[in-house]
Amino acid sequence: MECLIGIQGKDFILLASDSVSARSIVKMKSDHDKMFELSDKLVMAVSGEPGDTVQFSEYISKNIQLYKMRNGYELSANAAANFTRRNMADALRSQRPKHVNMLIAGIDEDGPALFFLDYLASMIKVPFAVHGYGGMFTLSIMDRHYKKDMTRDEAMALLKMCLTEIQKRFLVDNPQFKVRVVGTNGVEDLGFVKPPPPS
Amino acid sequence: MARRYDSRTTIFSPEGRLYQVEYAMEAIGHAGTCLGILAKDGIVLAAERRNTNKLLDEVSYSEKIYKLSEDMACSVAGITSDANVLTNELRLIAQRYLLQYQEPIPCEQVVATLCDIKQAYTQFGGKRPFGVSILYVGWDRHYGFQLYQSDPSGNYGGWKATCIGNNSANAVSLLKQEFKDSDASLDEALNLAVKVLSKSLDVTKLTPDKVEIATLTRQNGRTVIDVLKDKRVEALIKVHEEEEAKADAQKKKEQEKKK
Repeated sequence: MECLIGIQGKDFILLASDSVSARSIVKMKSDHDKMFELSDKLVMAVSGEPGDTVQFSEYISKNIQLYKMRNGYELSANAAANFTRRNMADALRSQRPKHVNMLIAGIDEDGPALFFLDYLASMIKVPFAVHGYGGMFTLSIMDRHYKKDMTRDEAMALLKMCLTEIQKRFLVDNPQFKVRVVGTNGVEDLGFVKPPPPS
Repeated sequence: MARRYDSRTTIFSPEGRLYQVEYAMEAIGHAGTCLGILAKDGIVLAAERRNTNKLLDEVSYSEKIYKLSEDMACSVAGITSDANVLTNELRLIAQRYLLQYQEPIPCEQVVATLCDIKQAYTQFGGKRPFGVSILYVGWDRHYGFQLYQSDPSGNYGGWKATCIGNNSANAVSLLKQEFKDSDASLDEALNLAVKVLSKSLDVTKLTPDKVEIATLTRQNGRTVIDVLKDKRVEALIKVHEEEEAKADAQKKKEQEKKK
């Protein structure tokens, strides 16, 4: 039922995640932040087994910070994503695999980059991506409306179209989405975005 | 008396010294000379070749210069068998990083990781330290062209130009005199390398079979490590000799004028 959305623009990446924390059929919380800021210009949105998500994300996050301390420079977005994938692949083949899906968004000298990474440790660099059932309703919208080098307003408009569609057609109610922008000046928190009620 | 502190590699002497480590450095002082010079468009790595025997098969063309990764090479002075172990380790370090991050390892991390291993042999007992000093040349996206040197104690440092092995103190002082700045071109650095080598090796005439020279440059977004062919080395030596002859002639002229 969880949903993560990522859209890469000209010099930024827009990330949105649903904010529902659920146990069985019970909605425990609806303002849950599923994103982790790994460094100044690197954010990870995670879904999956509660507990695994936090454990794994914190492990990656602390390792990336350790790298920065040891070497005096940061890992590139590409290196950080591949490091995460490698850890996931190792975990997958261990006694207790981690059930975590994620979108990794980062900006470095090579520009913005968005990575789609699932619990089977398959990773791909994409211009836009969705994890979860939300993808069934939104990927086609993005196929239709995504343009290369979109501005922030255009990307935000596209995201709102997607959220509206999820709200309209998806059986499960997702009242609000947490939205962040990873830009050249760092991460900007845009708070919760509520899709308009179905008319 | 010295034996009490000599026999164990990791025990301090009363003066606070580690004799085995110092002996290892001493051994390197007798090994073939290696020198590296940084230029703005590349790096020169030159090494003295000691095993020049006409019966020697020339299967392994490059004897003292090892490629470590796509972006790095090194040259060693010291016990060759120890050096082989360390170069193998260096290549593993570079590949492990590539496997984990899918990106080439920054130069200093290779050096630092190897030096951690070298250092361990000066602290944990039962083993002797590696009798090897290494010159590393490389390129990375963070700091561009780089030259490092490490010794048996596990110390390392970055240099603009440096030398290890036989007669290295003289070569370094010569480099200090002659090295202008790292904005020099690669060709100038090559000429300087030949000049310093010819003055610090104990041979009367430099020949291509006695030295090995390599350059590390960037071409079309890739690092190119090139071990110069004998012909090229010969040409460099010739340039040097001509210049030397010119300088000598000049000197003679001035002396005659004084008379």
